Amino acid sequence: MAMDDPRVVVVGAGPAGVRAAEALVKHGLRPLVIDEAPLSGGQIYRRPPPGFRRTTKELYGFEAAKAEAIHRTFDGLTDVIDYRPRTLAWNVQDRVLYTACDDVVTPVSFDALLLATGATDRVLPFPGWTLPGVYTMGGSQVALKHQGCAVGRRMVFLGSTPLLYLVAYQYARAGAEVAAVLDTAPFSAKVRAVPKLLSNTSMFVKGLYTMAALHRLGVAIEHGVRPVAVEGDDAVAGLRYRRRGEGEVRIDCDAVAFGFGLRPESQLADLADCDFRFDPVFHQWLPQCADDGRAGEGIYLAGDGARIGGADAAEVSGELAALSLIEDLGGGPGDKARSVELSRRLSSLVRFQAGLAGAFPWPADMARSLPDNAIVCRCERVTAGEVRQAVQRPLGGGCEINRAKAFSRIGMGRCQGRFCGLSSAEISAAAQDRDISSVGRLRGAGPVKPIKLATVLDE
Amino acid sequence: MPQFVRLKEKSRPRVTITVDGATVEALEGDTLLTALLTNGRRVRESEFGDGARAGFCVIGACQDCWVWMDGGERTRACTTYIAEGMTIFTHNPEWPWTTPA
Repeated sequence: MAMDDPRVVVVGAGPAGVRAAEALVKHGLRPLVIDEAPLSGGQIYRRPPPGFRRTTKELYGFEAAKAEAIHRTFDGLTDVIDYRPRTLAWNVQDRVLYTACDDVVTPVSFDALLLATGATDRVLPFPGWTLPGVYTMGGSQVALKHQGCAVGRRMVFLGSTPLLYLVAYQYARAGAEVAAVLDTAPFSAKVRAVPKLLSNTSMFVKGLYTMAALHRLGVAIEHGVRPVAVEGDDAVAGLRYRRRGEGEVRIDCDAVAFGFGLRPESQLADLADCDFRFDPVFHQWLPQCADDGRAGEGIYLAGDGARIGGADAAEVSGELAALSLIEDLGGGPGDKARSVELSRRLSSLVRFQAGLAGAFPWPADMARSLPDNAIVCRCERVTAGEVRQAVQRPLGGGCEINRAKAFSRIGMGRCQGRFCGLSSAEISAAAQDRDISSVGRLRGAGPVKPIKLATVLDE
Repeated sequence: MPQFVRLKEKSRPRVTITVDGATVEALEGDTLLTALLTNGRRVRESEFGDGARAGFCVIGACQDCWVWMDGGERTRACTTYIAEGMTIFTHNPEWPWTTPA
């Protein structure tokens, strides 16, 4: 694919996209960098709006130096790349990426496309999760980081994710009242994961520090709990949950932040015809790419959009994917020594993530035991019972999830199945007594986010 | 009682917007979601009659915080920044959805 003036496009300006762009520039390319946000940094290193005064230390804590480095690196690149912030990449077809900014569609044909699209919270529904006052874990963190706001006056943090402790700590430090931290995983899962977690001692120590700090601040932490229901007529008034082997407990609160790890924003990879497989360790469908980021002819994946690895792994995989891209473009052998070193670092970081996946497991039983009247798809208000009914239709050969979608409208709403895809697959699988990997995954479709019809028609 | 509580960055200039005809005070740099939820506990109604919604993902992915601008145009509250004099509606002004009985 040697060419004189290759058109290289990077989607995303978080840690993976920034390091990718940096490597491409270093090798004489001028990539087009498309990012939905008005400022670079991604979600993890998201920058506050103009006029905000907190220091990077206050905003990013332990990771302040890394955040500053990412921001500084990208600011140094904006003159030598084609940077398009506030721009949505909404479709890929026939080597053309479709973008939209201010209602204007711009098709971009590319020779190489590097997707660094990041991740969103992986959620599991429970009764009452659509009430005002229930937010994703990542969303509650962004409210504090980006707007200086707590999402409630009296918070409960719930779920199974490293963010559970980190965000609760950040809230407590900022002066919010943290009523409880409810971990759905048993403590033994964390103990069992220690050998793998020790592959990244500094991250492991930061995790322990965070948990200890919560204890010191007097925050109640419980392990092995199951949410029963959010209570409240018009908005959150409390949470009922079950302790292991005990009855129900009710706790007063006006906000619940919850999450079960992350899921990659892999819609564009899907539209670019990447292969997907069910990963038993991360318990979800992941787009397939080689460790060096190659995911198909001229397609490269990096960061959490490919495989959940966290910000450090995103930086490494972003640069690595860019070096693969440069090599494939025929611009020489790239930088073999650097690639080897990055690959080694990445495999260590991936091992740590596998440890985290074990320490913070996905509680599949919550989907199976979800009451029939609980909402699963918040866009279309589809209940668990409706999903179960859809898969029970006599069709023969079992019901895969896209067929259940046609019958029940599950996943057909505005979020495109981002927040119900995995849980509805889990419910479908359980209703048919099958393994989740055998019911398939919701297929992606463009536009990956809603855009105005007039915007497309003008094109 | 509002849903969101301001803990930091409280000394920004005040900005006034209009929500469903009422004047609402917020701060420069707020998103619409922040402006709405530091003044109340709802952003929109579910189209399916199951009550109010107040956003969910806060990062532009779930599409559960749509409101309508003065001209009838739809916008996502969590990724839209407020501006002085902005006028929004939390109910679709042109096309109210009906819920089958």
